[in-house]
Amino acid sequence: MTETTFPSPARFAVPGRIAVSEQVAARWQTATITGIRRETPRAATFRLAVPEWAGHLPGQHLMLRLTAADGYTAQRHYSLASAPDDSGHIELTLDHVSGGEVSGWFHTVARPGDRVEVRGPLSGFFAWPGDRPALLLGAGSGVVPLMSMVRHHRARGLTVPLRLLVSARRPEELIYAREYGAETTPVFTRGAPEGTPVGRLSAAHLAPLLADPPPGGWEAYVCGSNSFAEHASKLLVAAGQPVDRIRIERFG
Amino acid sequence: MNITRGFTGRPRAAREGLPPGQYDAGDDWPVLSAEVTPDLSAADWTFRVGGLVTAPRTWSWEEAHRLPAAAYEGDIHCVTGWSKFGVRFGGVSLDAFLDAAGPLPSATHAVAHAHTGYTANLPLADLTGGRAWIVWEYGGRPLTPEHGGPARLVVPHLYFWKSVKWIAGLELLDHDEPGFWERNGYHARGNPWQEQRYSGD
Repeated sequence: MTETTFPSPARFAVPGRIAVSEQVAARWQTATITGIRRETPRAATFRLAVPEWAGHLPGQHLMLRLTAADGYTAQRHYSLASAPDDSGHIELTLDHVSGGEVSGWFHTVARPGDRVEVRGPLSGFFAWPGDRPALLLGAGSGVVPLMSMVRHHRARGLTVPLRLLVSARRPEELIYAREYGAETTPVFTRGAPEGTPVGRLSAAHLAPLLADPPPGGWEAYVCGSNSFAEHASKLLVAAGQPVDRIRIERFG
Repeated sequence: MNITRGFTGRPRAAREGLPPGQYDAGDDWPVLSAEVTPDLSAADWTFRVGGLVTAPRTWSWEEAHRLPAAAYEGDIHCVTGWSKFGVRFGGVSLDAFLDAAGPLPSATHAVAHAHTGYTANLPLADLTGGRAWIVWEYGGRPLTPEHGGPARLVVPHLYFWKSVKWIAGLELLDHDEPGFWERNGYHARGNPWQEQRYSGD
């Protein structure tokens, strides 16, 4: 029986599911570090060979596990930074979290040849299949899953509109700074190059995009701290973005 | 065992009450909702119990507050890996609502609905017997919107995605029907002590 006794008021709504592979990522696989690239003073990208990686959609994440000699394990969820078509490799971009036992290992101990374990890809909620216009709003390392979308868009030569608004405190803290193209607008909250305004993401950044949306409208993806996610999602709603087309991934 | 070269990890003062694969979040309480936080006032909040019950019923904010006050004091566990110790939620035992509606003998499962449309499925046995609450206070203060205020479900013996924020109601069923995260690859029950994070665990 299906009783529709729980109407969802139109002004609140959770977005629908994105179809992802039904293959359950139940198995832990060994991943070997093949390269390390510094992105900012606090963030670096770790390239991993995962020979049996089943592929992913941009925006998905994985679970990563480290094991100490006495059997103690620590596991964390990390977003995939790389585009799906990467021949058995994936990339993760990690902040060096103060006191973080996993990110601390990556930033101070890890070197090429080291092995860790991964399980994924996971979750279909924050995924972008490349089939709909995407408006991406990220702050700090919240740009990581969004960059997977930008890279996928480029690698496949997709023509569907995609725009990225990325917030960082200062230019030197902007992850992937050299990779951005015309699709990206950086927003600097504490310090900016000459001639670039300093300030938070604002209604003025969104107005031109939402005043003239592409056919079918934008699917909005917001990723960052909870305070950024609250701020950005409220701006989107105020600018007219349908609430059931705002997907949010918050750190934690 | 695949030992990670050079990894020692945190000191092993294993905290009693920490399920496998979890860490102590300390004073943090991360917010992980996937949707826009709704602007839902207490006056607009309602809670309904329907489906396989003898008397489907909806409570307003005032009506719900007339039920006997109850609290949960203890720990909560999020599937993303953090656990939080010694929290205190104030509200009403879910038993008070279910007793009033009267589950039919055929009812075995429930889908908990949020006012946003978010859902989570639970076995009815996990919602009865003093193990689930509808709460509107955290640490003696009103529950904030980011954490599910004005009122949320709390089922602390399961991973916290089951503790639906902005709770709108329960629909009792004679079968299990996956909710929002459960359709996105997460485990149907989510017992942190058995590390039931994802489908197949």
